[in-house]
Amino acid sequence: MDILATAFGALDEAILLVIHPQQILYLVIGVVLGLSVGVFPGLGGIAGLSLVLPFMYGMEPVSGLALMVGLIAVVPTSDTFASVLMGIPGSSASQATVLDGFPMAKKGEAARALSAAFASSLFGGLLGATVLTFFILIARPIVLAFGTPEMLMITLLGLSMVAILAGRVALKGLAAACLGLLVGTIGEAGAGGSLRMATYDIPYLTDGIKLVIVGLGIFAIPEIVSLLRQDRSISERSSLGAGWLTGVKDWWKNIWLSIRCSVIGVIVGVIPGLGGSVVDWIAYGHAVQTTKDKSKFGTGEIRGVIGPESSNNAKEGGGLVPTLIFGIPGSGSMAIFIGGLALLGFDAGPQLIQNELSLTYTIVWSLALANVFGAGLCIALSGGIAKLTTIRFALLAPFLFMMISFAAFQSRQSLGDLIALFSIGVLGIFLKRFDWSRPAFLIGFVLSSQAENYSNNAHQIASFKFRRGLEQGFEYIASPIVLVLLAITVISVIIGIRQAKEIFSEGDVSTGKKKAPMIFLLALLAYTTIALINASLIELTSDKIFPVTIATVGVIALVILLIKMMISPEGDTLFADSETGKEGLEAPYGLWGTLGWLGLLLLLTSLLGFILALGMFLLLYFRIRVGLNWLQVCFFTSLGLVFMCFFAYILNRDFPPGLLQEFFSLPWPLT
Amino acid sequence: MKNLTKAVRKASCLVVLATFTASASITTSQAADLDLAGETVEFVIPFSETGGSAKWANFYAPLLSEALPGQPTIVVKFMPGAGSTKGANWFQEQTYEDTNGTLIFGSSGSTQFPYLLGDPRVKYEYADWNVVLASGTGGVAYLPPDLAGMMNGMDASGLAGTDFIWGSQGATRLDLVPLLAWKMLGMSVEPVFGIKGRGDGRLMFERGEANIDYQTSSAYLKSVVPLVENGQAVPMMTWGALDDNGNVVRDPTFPDIPSFKEVCETTPGCETSGEAWDAWKAFFIAGFPAQKMVFLPKGATQEAIDTYTKAFDAVIARSDFPEISAARLGVYPQMTGALAAASLELGTQVDPVAKEFVVNWLAEDYGVTLE
Repeated sequence: MDILATAFGALDEAILLVIHPQQILYLVIGVVLGLSVGVFPGLGGIAGLSLVLPFMYGMEPVSGLALMVGLIAVVPTSDTFASVLMGIPGSSASQATVLDGFPMAKKGEAARALSAAFASSLFGGLLGATVLTFFILIARPIVLAFGTPEMLMITLLGLSMVAILAGRVALKGLAAACLGLLVGTIGEAGAGGSLRMATYDIPYLTDGIKLVIVGLGIFAIPEIVSLLRQDRSISERSSLGAGWLTGVKDWWKNIWLSIRCSVIGVIVGVIPGLGGSVVDWIAYGHAVQTTKDKSKFGTGEIRGVIGPESSNNAKEGGGLVPTLIFGIPGSGSMAIFIGGLALLGFDAGPQLIQNELSLTYTIVWSLALANVFGAGLCIALSGGIAKLTTIRFALLAPFLFMMISFAAFQSRQSLGDLIALFSIGVLGIFLKRFDWSRPAFLIGFVLSSQAENYSNNAHQIASFKFRRGLEQGFEYIASPIVLVLLAITVISVIIGIRQAKEIFSEGDVSTGKKKAPMIFLLALLAYTTIALINASLIELTSDKIFPVTIATVGVIALVILLIKMMISPEGDTLFADSETGKEGLEAPYGLWGTLGWLGLLLLLTSLLGFILALGMFLLLYFRIRVGLNWLQVCFFTSLGLVFMCFFAYILNRDFPPGLLQEFFSLPWPLT
Repeated sequence: MKNLTKAVRKASCLVVLATFTASASITTSQAADLDLAGETVEFVIPFSETGGSAKWANFYAPLLSEALPGQPTIVVKFMPGAGSTKGANWFQEQTYEDTNGTLIFGSSGSTQFPYLLGDPRVKYEYADWNVVLASGTGGVAYLPPDLAGMMNGMDASGLAGTDFIWGSQGATRLDLVPLLAWKMLGMSVEPVFGIKGRGDGRLMFERGEANIDYQTSSAYLKSVVPLVENGQAVPMMTWGALDDNGNVVRDPTFPDIPSFKEVCETTPGCETSGEAWDAWKAFFIAGFPAQKMVFLPKGATQEAIDTYTKAFDAVIARSDFPEISAARLGVYPQMTGALAAASLELGTQVDPVAKEFVVNWLAEDYGVTLE
């Protein structure tokens, strides 16, 4: 009862602060900024917050908070645009939305998918804020109950979603996940700093490959290339089918799913260190497991959109708990948020909640209100923006190439970013072509460093506890939370394996001759074997055990697949190859020629720097590939250049320099 | 009368001359100041947006902008990678000629340690850069109450039989200072490597997974003091602070907590002289009292260095500076000019013997090599 009294007392004051017209104005400014930044893949809350941070100093606290919170809250809402419309995961929080959202856009149901997603986001955000209002007062002991073994178990639960997304051939899914995990270990090991599949001669690799690049490479590039080859619009129909109202109704029909996924979002968000990378997969897995007719997942099931989208906004609210209670940021954007709070004169930490409860509630409820504005704005826009899917794709594609190159470059500001993007893109194209589960690869990659760190740490602490006594050891590793999570994981793997055959994340894929699939398999086997040898040469056990284990599993899976391929007849599902099907044979443009355009942009960039290269690329592309007249060519080219320069100027970002810039120092934006 | 006129004329000549020289000297001194009106100064931090350096840079950026002539916009730009060596290598390539005072760089202890240990990735040279500010900090080690009770005053030998476990970011980082200190006290501390930040280490301590920890001063004040007040933690020692003669003394931010030097002196078997002590002291200085510095790139003109030095002096001299900095940086010296240069020297030069000692110890105890 005490808690309720404290909560409501401070809540009164907070609500008065939040609904003050001036705060609402700042909140709306934040929401609009967040929307404009969040729409672009690879640029999320971090870029947006860095933009407003310089203005924070000396601002009135509640206004400053409203601005920042408005911005943070809307990013997981607005990144849905890229996921649904272009098949590009806008941020780690909306990876799973791509699986069903994008097929819906292809079917001409983009507006429906978007508005269902936004309604779910809104609901998730509101539910998150309501739960937080009370939870934040009692959260401390609960957060502390999540130690390293518990976090490891949640990571494993996330990984177990591979089972359900493995595709037709379970072994291929397993191998793809192993590959993702291995790619995630490239670079310096977290524990001892040993190098894995990297050398100090190529400094780029020592830091590992960043999620933005893998997300863009694995999902965006194969989709863009494949759409561009067809030379039509994203939507297979010329008119848009179901409108935004249908989407809201869809959400209402699945309200219980939305509630459950929001709760999952809050819980996972509360645990520091996990961040947003698992929550959408867990929610997606849950949506699949609780749906009777699973046949539509992967080809445009609305529940596959509602689940992840309900959870990712709720997670943002949950993420405030560790941020505010412990002063430990749950994500990159939360870290800048703490920085912004400090500029306003507040320190995140236990004392904030004890001494400034009404301020804490201002944050929580600004978040809720921002969700309402953000989702409202997005729903209102979704009908119009969905029309993008009816535009001839050849006109959109160069701008997408432009955006993803720019976004990829922001990850490390090195030419290596563009090379990595292209290489991962080629890998993504082959994974798609030969029907190796790309979601499984991505889940593996995203959870790789977490899985390695937590298992190393848990093992080290556990053996330390066991040395002190058997009882203490078991108490540590077999806590009730661990056991419950273990049970959920086991159930989810079993259900997953049973159901995987019904879920085709790549749609129907035809099968063909043995040769091409075999060559790709051998290439994967070669990489995995080299990674295994490379890892086994590392001296430090802590740095080698994880890659060695994963690579061994990967090699075994691949060898079994190889044997199966040798004894199976042609036409077996093992030899899936989309090039032999409708998509490959009927496409008016070839795979390599299409990919070549992206290659051209990147090659020119390495020579001339990004802006000059972009200008040439756009001119050539619109003239040669699309065949526009010169007037139109000039119009579209300058449109792209002006937009890019404006955007980079506002965000204070640099462009990739090329060889030319080594010798001549040119003024911005040519630098 | 004539004489008077003469005298007046002479005097007026002198006045004119004096005014002229004065105004000339004013104009020269104005010319000596870099004018940054309308410019954008990039403050490059070789870490991500989440770390302590980001907080430090975000603290200084708006204040510095007000204090610099012309009030330029200052943007903090993050360039993380390879434990800050990527950003530092990039800065090494920049020249003052190309940037004209619109580029400054903030380094940290994590930039200094690889430099001192001879990390193969280091391609930067501190001697090329021009320091305009040095900020110090300190650190506090703390224990759970039951273990703290095993210490006899400042004598830590009671802790020798206990197994400690500690969340660490890596042995070649700032964390080597506490690790070496505990080892010198005869304690057996097993580091769990691979945590992401010191905040995670504190959380491990709060969860009871770790039973020893340390935090830098500002984090200690903010997050550990409440634990101490609740009886969940007891401070063990600080790393101390440097006095003007380069001696390790009690940290003025924590006058009631003994320094490592005092604990070491009281604990049998721990020596405050010799190889181990010299190595510890050398890396302590590099990591704490000279932790964060602001540089202009190589080739900076004296006037640019003076302009920035003056601006930082003005920031530090603000009447509200003690108040606003105490909460966010702790009560530590913020040094400019000769003091900053001296602290750069202390922080970036270690005796080869001390370096060899640390390199061997890292290889023996943790199998960490820097090849």
